[in-house]
Amino acid sequence: MGTNVLSIITFAPLLGALIILFIPREKEDWIRWWSIAISLVPLGLAFFVYGQVRSAPGQMWFQEAYEWVPAISVYYRLGVDGISAVMLLLTALLSTLSYFYSAFTIKERVKEYYFLFLLLETGMFGVFVSLDLILFYVFWEIGLVPMYLLIGVWGGERRIYAAIKFFLYTLVGSVALLLAILGVYFQTGTFSILEAAAAHPFADNFSLAALAFWGFFLGFAIKVPCFPFHTWLPDAHTEAPTAGSVILAGVLLKLGAYGFIRIVLPFFPQVFRFYAYNLPLIPILAVISMVYGALVCMAQWDLKRLIAYSSVSHMGYVMLGISAAAASLALERGHAALSTSAVMALNGATLQMFTHGIITGGLFFLVGIIYERAHTRDLRAFGGLASKVPYYYGITLVTGFASLGLPGLAGFWSEFFVFRGSFHIIPVFAAIGIVAVVLTAAYILWKVVQQMFLGEFQQSKWDAATHHAPLSDMTWWEKVTMWPLVIVMVLVGVFPSVIVALLNGATSALLLAVSSC
Amino acid sequence: MREIIFSSTWLIPLFPLLAFLGIILSAHRSRRLSHGIAIAAMTLSWLLSWGVAFCAFRTPHLAEHSIHFTVPWFPTGATTFPIGVCVDPLTAVALFMVPFVCLMIFIYSTGYMRGDPRYSRFFAYISLFAAGMLGLVVSENLLTLFISWEIMGLCSYLLIGFWYEKASAYRAGLKAFIVTKIGDLFLLLGILYLYSQTGSLSYDVIFSEEALRSLAGRTLTLPLLGTWTVASLIALLIFGGTVGKSAQFPLHVWLPDAMEGPTPVSALIHAATMVSAGIFLLARIFPLLRAVEHGDPAWGVIAFTGAFTALFASVIAVAQDDIKRVLAFSTISQLGYMVAALGIGGYVAAVFHLITHAFFKALLFLGSGSVIIACHHEMDMKAMGGLKDRMPVTFWTFVLGGLALSGFPLVTSGFWSKEEILTHAWHEFTRQGVVSRPFFVWLLLTVAAGLTAFYTARQICLTFLGQPRSHHAAQAQESPWTMTVPLVMLAFFAICLGFAGIPQEFPLLGALFGDNWLHHFVGHSFPATPVSWPVMALSSALALGGLGLGWLVYGRKPLQADQLDPLERVMRKRRLGWLYQAARRRFYFDELYQATIVRFVIWLSRMCYHFDKHWVVDPLVNLVGRVTRLAAEVSAAFDRVVIDGLVNLSGRAGIALSTLSRWTDDVIVDGVVNGLGRATGALGRALRPVQTGKVQNYLLVAMMTVLALAGLYIFYR
Repeated sequence: MGTNVLSIITFAPLLGALIILFIPREKEDWIRWWSIAISLVPLGLAFFVYGQVRSAPGQMWFQEAYEWVPAISVYYRLGVDGISAVMLLLTALLSTLSYFYSAFTIKERVKEYYFLFLLLETGMFGVFVSLDLILFYVFWEIGLVPMYLLIGVWGGERRIYAAIKFFLYTLVGSVALLLAILGVYFQTGTFSILEAAAAHPFADNFSLAALAFWGFFLGFAIKVPCFPFHTWLPDAHTEAPTAGSVILAGVLLKLGAYGFIRIVLPFFPQVFRFYAYNLPLIPILAVISMVYGALVCMAQWDLKRLIAYSSVSHMGYVMLGISAAAASLALERGHAALSTSAVMALNGATLQMFTHGIITGGLFFLVGIIYERAHTRDLRAFGGLASKVPYYYGITLVTGFASLGLPGLAGFWSEFFVFRGSFHIIPVFAAIGIVAVVLTAAYILWKVVQQMFLGEFQQSKWDAATHHAPLSDMTWWEKVTMWPLVIVMVLVGVFPSVIVALLNGATSALLLAVSSC
Repeated sequence: MREIIFSSTWLIPLFPLLAFLGIILSAHRSRRLSHGIAIAAMTLSWLLSWGVAFCAFRTPHLAEHSIHFTVPWFPTGATTFPIGVCVDPLTAVALFMVPFVCLMIFIYSTGYMRGDPRYSRFFAYISLFAAGMLGLVVSENLLTLFISWEIMGLCSYLLIGFWYEKASAYRAGLKAFIVTKIGDLFLLLGILYLYSQTGSLSYDVIFSEEALRSLAGRTLTLPLLGTWTVASLIALLIFGGTVGKSAQFPLHVWLPDAMEGPTPVSALIHAATMVSAGIFLLARIFPLLRAVEHGDPAWGVIAFTGAFTALFASVIAVAQDDIKRVLAFSTISQLGYMVAALGIGGYVAAVFHLITHAFFKALLFLGSGSVIIACHHEMDMKAMGGLKDRMPVTFWTFVLGGLALSGFPLVTSGFWSKEEILTHAWHEFTRQGVVSRPFFVWLLLTVAAGLTAFYTARQICLTFLGQPRSHHAAQAQESPWTMTVPLVMLAFFAICLGFAGIPQEFPLLGALFGDNWLHHFVGHSFPATPVSWPVMALSSALALGGLGLGWLVYGRKPLQADQLDPLERVMRKRRLGWLYQAARRRFYFDELYQATIVRFVIWLSRMCYHFDKHWVVDPLVNLVGRVTRLAAEVSAAFDRVVIDGLVNLSGRAGIALSTLSRWTDDVIVDGVVNGLGRATGALGRALRPVQTGKVQNYLLVAMMTVLALAGLYIFYR
């Protein structure tokens, strides 16, 4: 098991999905509990991996390599470092919680639902553990179809539009990605991510390198999503079923950011540096995503759409951190303070991937919880809920404050690290981007907390908006879903090193390798 | 022993923090248990704080060798960021003030909040608030300071909007959070700048000689703003945080609205915690300011912001009718004194005033809370009056607090601390000349001192003297002991605390009270400011004059119900009614911000949304989608019309061809075959008669054929 632990993590959900095919459709509870049970396998192993990788997060652990298509030297190569280990943990945790929450809320086509979800989980794990470009691409694509169907079948009113938009957008990205992968292969002769990075594809030809760079960029930026490739996200998030939104925001967006860190930065340091510093297109897009995304949030009246746009803003922090790390390569080499800043920026970006997954995942659960009761997401329909549903209010308050980066909760650290790193390297962008912090506070406290919870509760208004829906506080399963997330928020908020220790080792190693070229 | 006490400093903020968690997670069902936990934790942390503080007071050379305890917290590249505590004179003095005032407020709250449905939650929140402030005071680096700072921001949001059913309350909470957050951005930028320049945030590193020299030596040229030394730029950015938290102009607008919270919260915010934090921060980074030369604009910005705020807020305070709002503006004004003092280098004076102000302002707020409870949540001073005999303890303690605030000579703490600020300004301006920064600072602050005494007298007269002007006031009764005991305790300190900082050369008192102990402890490295008799005389005269004038206007002939404010009456006569109105409406800054900044941001957010969803981005995406669909449809049409047409055509042609070939088959081929057959038949039938079967006929034919052939042969030959 020791050596194949990554394969087990990756394919356990797939195995679970295949077994679901043999469970009779009427046995819905069997399907539900089987899915939850099987998802505990990768969750437990993710903790095991976390524990192991902690000792030396800069290395690639649990590597596996088997020939797959020898004719074109495609291998089945897996491995994890600190960054991937954290992502595995995030994916496994959110998946288990999603299955658990869905067990009580999904009543239709349960068999298909869980089959697709487990398939999706395999795809997500696969991306985070692949060390081969073709394998990476295959897993990348595996995730696409289940999510398309989850939105299209279990989604809201405009689900077909949203599903197709999601599918087409990401498909365009996939095509660009595949072309870029092939370009790299023809230049370096390998699909291995580590070998290709060491070979620095197109190092002697800036134009070709830039071409490949933008190919990867398009593929990953759509997934992140970075302005202006973001408009699939509000629709997809809004229409997806609750657990779908959780996974979409919590994990799928991170695939794109992960691609930037694992592939784009090590492959094309020169090009990335150029577009992050000399011609700072990428920091500009990052800052636009941050500030503009936050501004758009302020104009929303649909709760779910607001949270969706907040993801655009928060993923902008990730892009800012990554581009600061890239830009540091343009500055003085071997400058200790500067490389510290670069590592901190990248720590911030990767930590933001984790914390945003936890926090926004939590927010989407909370949206789902109120939607189950009110059957509306219109913020104008709510008001004064604090005294009616105090437990829900408390949990939402904590999650909301985590989202706006309150110190003591997880979100603060990722923002602080991103700004700390980028302020030293690209100060102008950091200084502009920091405005997003105030805007975030404004839309969380004004739009979410105040509109939903504060003021006097008016029964007549509630009845009119929800057609006399009964209003009850959180149920036990909703509490069980939320508490692990709240605990992680506080834990990481107080002891950031539980996650940062892993990230720091991995990002230091990664940047060292990149800057030595 | 001393070592053990110092090394347990980190427990000080932990007690109230644990109280917060305990109440929120389990004890919130029992009121008694909740306030029990909160007060017990606060008492522990108070005792420990005073233990630490008194140990520190007796430690020689603490300023030069402050005490640090750190443990690693998280990795930053190749280095590690530490978390820890530090005890230096500033911390020690703050530890003397903060937990004690907090404890008084906690005890008072058990009386004030009695009967509130969210009683337990209140104690949880104020415990967190105290934990935030204590964390800020003991922290060893600017990051943990910032974290505590933000936690206080959270608490102010929760507590100002504590009665969240009221729209005005939750709006005030939001306003406080957002406005201070704007200041926090500057603070964060300052911290980031400092961190990236020095690679650390620990006080012993960033305030080391070497780091300060390097920061003061480097310059940065900004577009439009000219050239700055890095040190003064960082100091100014951090000062932005002070402007927000300590409600200095132009970010002062949140503090008066913060009165929407329960009164103990106002006391907590205005005295012990939130606003003091801003001054504490500025005092904390004072070495950074000291590193830049005296002519640097950073000094000027700070000094003028403070001095202007002091005067500006005291003018507004004169025209307020709400008992807590008067105090709110007086807080803003007094904070202005401290900021101004720091801006002209009066470090000790500012710290001194910070401590004394905390005690007497907490006293005044709790006193006003006592009045408000007695008057059934009536806050308009016009509807009070005549409370002197109805609530004597509250009255006398409030008077003592008021005297301290107005700087009543010699016997109040406020006199000595304010005196020190004014003397310092005077001293600096006599050194630098009349047209210098300290001169203007001194001038503004002196005028403000007179106004302070005046509005304090007005407040005391309106609230307590004369006859009750409403039935609430007429029925008022003294508050329970839980509320009056804290008042008495605070009153004691409001009077006595000043003796710790009496100038050494002051006759009799100076020697009696330990030779300006405070200066030696806190400001060891600063030269003591000599006593200046003209200043002392002038400010004493102003304090007494202001109080006297206030009494003449409001006390001698007490206001009757529905009567116009005498001051407004006088000003209207002089055609200055507009000025009174403007001051009453706080010079329209709330309206101004609402009409410009708030509106602009909301407008911008709408524009961005439309840009995203309706105008540009999404329409473009949809356009691409539609174009693609159109292309698909065109190709489908092409398929249908052209390709299918061709196929159909060829099909049809095939059919036609096959039809033709069938026809050919049927008609021609078959026809030929059949025709041949038929022709043969017909021939056969035609020739049948020839076959007669008679030999002579055959011979005849043969004979004739031979003859014919022979004839032809002969003919053609």
